[in-house]
Amino acid sequence: MSSSWVRMAAARDHAIRYGFIVLLFGLIAYFAIAADGFVSPQSAVFIFQSVAITGVLALGVTATLVVGGFDLSIGSVATSAMMAAAYVMVVLEQNAVVAVVACLLIGAVVGLINGWLIVYMRVPDLLATLGMMFLLVGLQRIPTEGRSIATGMTMPDGSVANGTFGSAFLALGRHRFDFFIPNLIPVSVVVLLVLAVLIWFFLEYTRFGRMMYAVGSNERAAELAGAPVKAYKIWAYVISGVFASIGGILLAARLGRGDIASGNNLLLDAVAAALIGYAVLGAAKPNAFGTAVGAVFVGVLLQGLTMMNAPYYTQDFIKGVVLVVALVFTFALSGRGKR
Amino acid sequence: MGKDAVFRVDGLRKSFGHIEVLGGVSLDLHAGEVTVLMGANGAGKSTLVKIISGVYERDGGTMSLAGHDFATQDFALKDFAPNTPAEAIRAGVVTVHQNINDGVVADLDVATNLTLDRLSGSGAPTLFNPGRVRREAKAVADRMGLTIDLKARISDLSLADRQMVAIARAMAHRPKVLILDEPTSSLSSAEADRLFALLDRLREQGVAILYISHRMSDIRRLADRIVSMRDGVISGVFDRKPLDYEGAVNAMLGRKIRLDRIVARNSAKPVLTIDGLRIAEGARPISLTLGDGEVVAITGLVGVGKTALAETLFGVRKPLSGTMALNGKPYAPGSTGEAIAAGVFLVAKDRGENGIVGDFNIQENISLPFHKRMSHLGVLKRRVERATARQQIRELGIVCRSEKDEMSALSGGNQQKVMVARWMSQAAKLFILDEPFQGVDISARRDIAAKLRASANGRATLLFVTELDEALETADRILVMSEQTIVGEHRNADIDLERLLAEVAGGPLHSAA
Repeated sequence: MSSSWVRMAAARDHAIRYGFIVLLFGLIAYFAIAADGFVSPQSAVFIFQSVAITGVLALGVTATLVVGGFDLSIGSVATSAMMAAAYVMVVLEQNAVVAVVACLLIGAVVGLINGWLIVYMRVPDLLATLGMMFLLVGLQRIPTEGRSIATGMTMPDGSVANGTFGSAFLALGRHRFDFFIPNLIPVSVVVLLVLAVLIWFFLEYTRFGRMMYAVGSNERAAELAGAPVKAYKIWAYVISGVFASIGGILLAARLGRGDIASGNNLLLDAVAAALIGYAVLGAAKPNAFGTAVGAVFVGVLLQGLTMMNAPYYTQDFIKGVVLVVALVFTFALSGRGKR
Repeated sequence: MGKDAVFRVDGLRKSFGHIEVLGGVSLDLHAGEVTVLMGANGAGKSTLVKIISGVYERDGGTMSLAGHDFATQDFALKDFAPNTPAEAIRAGVVTVHQNINDGVVADLDVATNLTLDRLSGSGAPTLFNPGRVRREAKAVADRMGLTIDLKARISDLSLADRQMVAIARAMAHRPKVLILDEPTSSLSSAEADRLFALLDRLREQGVAILYISHRMSDIRRLADRIVSMRDGVISGVFDRKPLDYEGAVNAMLGRKIRLDRIVARNSAKPVLTIDGLRIAEGARPISLTLGDGEVVAITGLVGVGKTALAETLFGVRKPLSGTMALNGKPYAPGSTGEAIAAGVFLVAKDRGENGIVGDFNIQENISLPFHKRMSHLGVLKRRVERATARQQIRELGIVCRSEKDEMSALSGGNQQKVMVARWMSQAAKLFILDEPFQGVDISARRDIAAKLRASANGRATLLFVTELDEALETADRILVMSEQTIVGEHRNADIDLERLLAEVAGGPLHSAA
């Protein structure tokens, strides 16, 4: 009697652990049969490309989730970085390197301010980063009086901006590396993969990552174990800000202009990927591998449905369903949520 | 004896994962009797209490509670199966949990806390009437002899006052069965006396009381009957007067306890020197020296500054004045990190709050402060981490399946051993333990104390304990703290207990002034 109970518990453990991975492969298998041309290198690359920017943002927000925080400003950091890149190249007529450096700086500075607000001003994380989100959404419109930035635009003072996006910068969005097939893998996918491996290694294998998890689980215990808790928290927001600005650079490079209307969905998609990641391998906590799988999961689902002619307006609904199911996996089934 | 049971537990079973915690527990509680439940760590006391109070679901067995229908004189036992704590309370089974903050709402005032269950119960008026709440609260407080300001916020009260409010709140239900889980662990002796007086009154009123404690003095004072638990089953019931305390302890431990006498050691080589240290406004300065190989215990009531002194030594807070020196070199830690780097380690009190990282397993909890020493270029050397954990598990006798076990799967005593193991895994110059035996049963306490004494050479060891027994069992030298300073010193050999107790109570301080 007790052995059957043990077997049931073990089966449940397995379901929690591998459920989402199995679901992912099931989904791929289903689309492979149901949707023509789903299984091809081009289709796989397209999926990765479609989630590359949200994936980068999601990896960044994972760092703040690990220390028990949250960053709602990532979407607006990304769009601010995009606008800044366009402004630097088109209006200030600088080269690609300057634009990239400016974007990364913006991300780091916003992260520092977020961290300072949360750690030293004691503003709750959700509120501090919500405030920062509003601030940035407004700030990025001020230099151009709310207009998008493109070569030949008229500035508020009547002059015409003649700068252009450098070809090196545009390559970040348009160049494709050869991988068995010529011109297969876009730069953004490479960036996503490299950052995913980096943050995964950092969180899982370095002492800094380990201590970030300790801070997230029991801040007081981490402090009494000698960790500079405040610094770890601030660093988490800096990582999040910098990753978001990298996402913004990729977005600018893809669009080739500073589009005031783009990037609306970045925040929600990225947060969804990171939260879906909780359910992967039964981690029940933020983790980089899960976040990456979560992003790919959403990409596979949307690509498959698109190829089966599901209307575009159902996309957000489907993402929401996936997120809710993943959260049920994490909190109800594994029993980790309640303390 | 002869009395009818008002509450009965029969064949209760509970497992967590693969670990069986209760293997068929049967227990009767009688009206107007205090039943003391004793058990070592991992015996299953807390689990039993949580099932009775509706926090956990049982896997098997039955519980029944006497009816209270006075009209029909129907007092027969009825099936009792609470699904939630609220259901248990409504049925007349009230529990005061060990964790005080579970019993009070920190952001509300005392009056609201005392009447909270009535406010949230069905039939409570929709509109909040502050005047009525205060009147009802005053009635509850008066019955209890509670003298706390009813308008004070719980978060501003001391731990002891919070405990009194939590108990008073439980009393407001006029329970049929009252369960108290180590209620005196943070009370001073005067406060404990008030609690005992109240329990006497409740006993006379016919309440069946289940009292869980490790304190022999509490048990001698209160018990009508002792039930011992071991390894998830009842291992002995003692109800013949005079009660066989020794038998109860033996049934709980499953072996004869040895009363080890400490052979007090002297130390020649000073490790820590404190000179003129003031830890609070208006407090007299503290000066003391701790020697190599010496185990020193600082005892004193709750709130006399023991934790403040521990935190000052560990760099959590700064002294108002005075100097410290470690092995002759000036020592003024600005952070916990600096203290650890200097070789000063602290096992903080209240492991749940200050020690355990819940998301980490045993191995990760042990390595926590020493990541730097266990990594190369920032990358953790997991093999070293695992080897360290395994060695500590062996040395402290931590009962677990492997170093990968979750902390929540361990009993309180074993969790505390992990906390001690964390800081024993590296060599300390000064090893501080603040209330290391809090919520730890006698056998785990003996293991930890023996380990501390056996490994004492090469460092100074400083314990902060409220319980005098713990100091007598462990230390070479006992210092007494009162009003944020040291008021007495005793070598643990032929101790003048009367003088020591007077110092604890604060007497000599005034005569010295």
